[in-house]
Amino acid sequence: MNPYEAPSLTEFPTLDRRDFLRLTSFVGGGLVLGSFLKISGTAHAAEIAKTAPSGDFTPNAYVRLGLDGSITLICPRPDSGQGVKTSLPMILAEDLEVSWQSVTVQMADLNAVYGSQTAGGSTSTPTFYLLLRQLGTTARVMLIDAAAQTWGVPAAECFAEAASVHHKASKKSLPYRDLVAKAATLPVPDAKQAVLKDPKDFKLLGQRIGGVDNQKIVTGQNLFGLDFKLPGLVYAVFEKCPVFGGKVVSANLDRIKTLPGVKDAFIIDGTKDLRGLMPGVAILADSTWAAFSARRQLKVTWDEGAFANDSWDGFTKQAQDLAAKGTGNVVRKDGDVDAAFASAAKVVESAYSYPFISHANLEPQNCTASVTADRAEIWAPTQNPGAGADIVAKVLNIPKENITVHILRAGGGFGRRLSADFVIEAAAIAQKAGVPVKLVWSREDDLRHDHFRPGGFHFLKGSVDAAGKISGFRNHSVFFAGGLGADEFPSRFIPNHLGLSSVLPNNVPMGPWRAPGSCVFSFVYQSFIDELAHAAGRDPVEIRLELLGDKGMVPGTGERGTPYNAARMKAVVKLVAEKAGWGKKLPRGQGMGIAFHFSHRGYIAQVAEVTVSKSGDLKVDRVVCVSDVGSQIVNLSGAENQVEGSIVDGLSAAWRQELNIERGRIVESNLAEYQLIRMPDAPKKIECHFLKSDNPPTGLGEPVLPPLAPAVANAIFAATGKRIRQLPFAKTDLSWS
Amino acid sequence: MAKFTLQVNGQARTADVAPETPLLWVLRDNLDLVGTKFGCGVGQCRACTVHIGGQPVQACMTPVSSIGRKAVTTIEGLSANGTHPLQKAWCELDVAQCGYCQAGQLMTAAALLAENAKPSDEDIDNAMAGNICRCGTYLRIRAGIHRAAELTATGIATKKETAQ
Ligand code: FES
Ligand code: FES
Repeated sequence: MNPYEAPSLTEFPTLDRRDFLRLTSFVGGGLVLGSFLKISGTAHAAEIAKTAPSGDFTPNAYVRLGLDGSITLICPRPDSGQGVKTSLPMILAEDLEVSWQSVTVQMADLNAVYGSQTAGGSTSTPTFYLLLRQLGTTARVMLIDAAAQTWGVPAAECFAEAASVHHKASKKSLPYRDLVAKAATLPVPDAKQAVLKDPKDFKLLGQRIGGVDNQKIVTGQNLFGLDFKLPGLVYAVFEKCPVFGGKVVSANLDRIKTLPGVKDAFIIDGTKDLRGLMPGVAILADSTWAAFSARRQLKVTWDEGAFANDSWDGFTKQAQDLAAKGTGNVVRKDGDVDAAFASAAKVVESAYSYPFISHANLEPQNCTASVTADRAEIWAPTQNPGAGADIVAKVLNIPKENITVHILRAGGGFGRRLSADFVIEAAAIAQKAGVPVKLVWSREDDLRHDHFRPGGFHFLKGSVDAAGKISGFRNHSVFFAGGLGADEFPSRFIPNHLGLSSVLPNNVPMGPWRAPGSCVFSFVYQSFIDELAHAAGRDPVEIRLELLGDKGMVPGTGERGTPYNAARMKAVVKLVAEKAGWGKKLPRGQGMGIAFHFSHRGYIAQVAEVTVSKSGDLKVDRVVCVSDVGSQIVNLSGAENQVEGSIVDGLSAAWRQELNIERGRIVESNLAEYQLIRMPDAPKKIECHFLKSDNPPTGLGEPVLPPLAPAVANAIFAATGKRIRQLPFAKTDLSWS
Repeated sequence: MAKFTLQVNGQARTADVAPETPLLWVLRDNLDLVGTKFGCGVGQCRACTVHIGGQPVQACMTPVSSIGRKAVTTIEGLSANGTHPLQKAWCELDVAQCGYCQAGQLMTAAALLAENAKPSDEDIDNAMAGNICRCGTYLRIRAGIHRAAELTATGIATKKETAQ
């Protein structure tokens, strides 16, 4: 997976009822999951009918009404804190006309009936919003039909409310419970034809609803991946070569096997897939601590491979050399930058950089697996159960239909759990050991064997003309993977633009990190635009509005290019400036900064207000955020939580997080050296506004993060005159006099 | 290996483990109390916070052999049925995102409120500075502690009224 590309929006598969019954693997059928039993794609509806409790109403794979009055809604995608386990069922409940309190939410297992179950790319809301509205509506219509038939009245005279159907004229009503049996016998109408209710009649959507797992969370119940247990389980740790891609030569396994609690120890040869099953040594024990303790006695001789001399300093030097040569792939060429620079009133040249960082999910990677020669059952805190099944099938040569993946709540995702390395490690160890295994990564494993957010270097040159307009922009980006996109803002908005891209050879495993690419590009470009504004003596908001221009919708480049709605962006920029009180006079040492960014279908602008003491201590006093993510917020509390979390996360990543590489390995080992933000440094105040626009609702897990770092960096400049061109902020001395 | 009998959430619980085993793993692996979380294992994140003798401590840094007869309280024992004012406030304000850090946050906050019934923002920041929330729920945690203080204060007020 390209670390700059999040999973994209996929077309939802259209399934008819027969497909559904064939594929549903008893989501609606009440069969006990958790054994090796897995229904193959050839199972027939009749077989399902035999095992399903009779009469339950399961009009689709997401809704199940029981004869006992139970209402179960199924969440198709994993929840790692982004809130879909609450928000997606809310959409169903709204159109089903049931009170939220009456609903039980169940997390789906991996199942083809749900299409892609990958929780990434902020795709869950845009993928499921309309579909779940249609399916909720369809189920409601069937219940209304069942009541109308029972009463012998036209369905049009009936309506549903609070899990009952009512007949207006006769004032008769029947609870859903009494309609389940009849509704289950009715044909399922085509969901696409469903007539949806008017959003102004929403009772639930747009409200603040607490997360469905909150009570379990605050009482410490068994919930997360790491909490899961099986009878006969053994605990495993897995030591990999600290140098990326290194292999095991030998290990003191005989000694390890004699240590207290140790049940087994062996070498896994692994594959060459840097983000798959890497070579390593597994130690299995009767408790996590026994495994951790034994590991301290482990001595491995590694073949460190060809990358054992890589270092961050070396990478930096190579990037600078490339920039000096000026060679790179031309990914964009508009107008004539050299002519623009030659005729410019001001030219600015700057080099920006940012380091590798870790996802640092607070729950270290872990997975429980029970695997035989040809079957696998997996319990994983994952964002991407499909990737888990794929890699287990491929590496262990197990037929896909014999693999079951149960999705457990994950203690943070941020893109880390889109990878399935921890799944295949657990599965490979379990298969070799012949017993169910819970693999537990230490924090050190988690930091050093992350699939890192890539570092990068940007060598920029820009110009403003005599009228103070941005006239030219040259961007040479040096990356560790992928390449500069042709459409990366401010591309398409500056007439003379040259985009060059180079990639450094390396062996670092990288993966998507919350708002991949955008999470760092926004810092670079929105900071540099501020530099140009300053050079031109222009107001940073005003120059941005001018840059966005009056073009409205700007098409993307090529077939896969993303259109950019400059009108939506201008609207959020104007509103954030107004809400923040942009332009107010602040004393030296205090400042406001603005930044905006479009990613994951969301248009976001932020103003940060900071105080920097003379000795250089930073405080973020306030962040104002305006988000346009379409016409409807699903769960207002969840949405605000994502905005607040993205802002705190954005600040955390930008302020102190960095991983250094020396001798081909990560230097930092645990959270003492790798510093996440803590409460006293979080912004004192976050103001969250949603600008509703006439567009389909889209996701909020990612798009709010990118503008935070440049908004704060720009505010620091306003406060102190110090321009930050390197992440983390902590590398720049902010003292002033 | 040795047998240790701990007083956990008001019950005597026995585990047969190596003496240096951190309380965290005894709770999680031996006593099936998985609410106490593992985040770093080196005292840096406080996801593993429990109370020993009423004081908040990092269970990952506490060898089981050091506890003796002191009372251990974990998130499972913070209240009988999830009704501690902090637990109520946490649900009311929808504090959690992933939720993984929240047991530790709640245990640290409970110790703070036991000592300081009406903490200021600064008191809260100081008391909570050791607890990492990777998801960034700090503002809601702070609000949740204020709300719990308020619930406790009004709860007492209500009781007094009833008594009169
Ligand atoms: S797990 Fe104990 S402080 Fe992090
Ligand atoms: S809620 Fe996820 S770490 Fe705090």
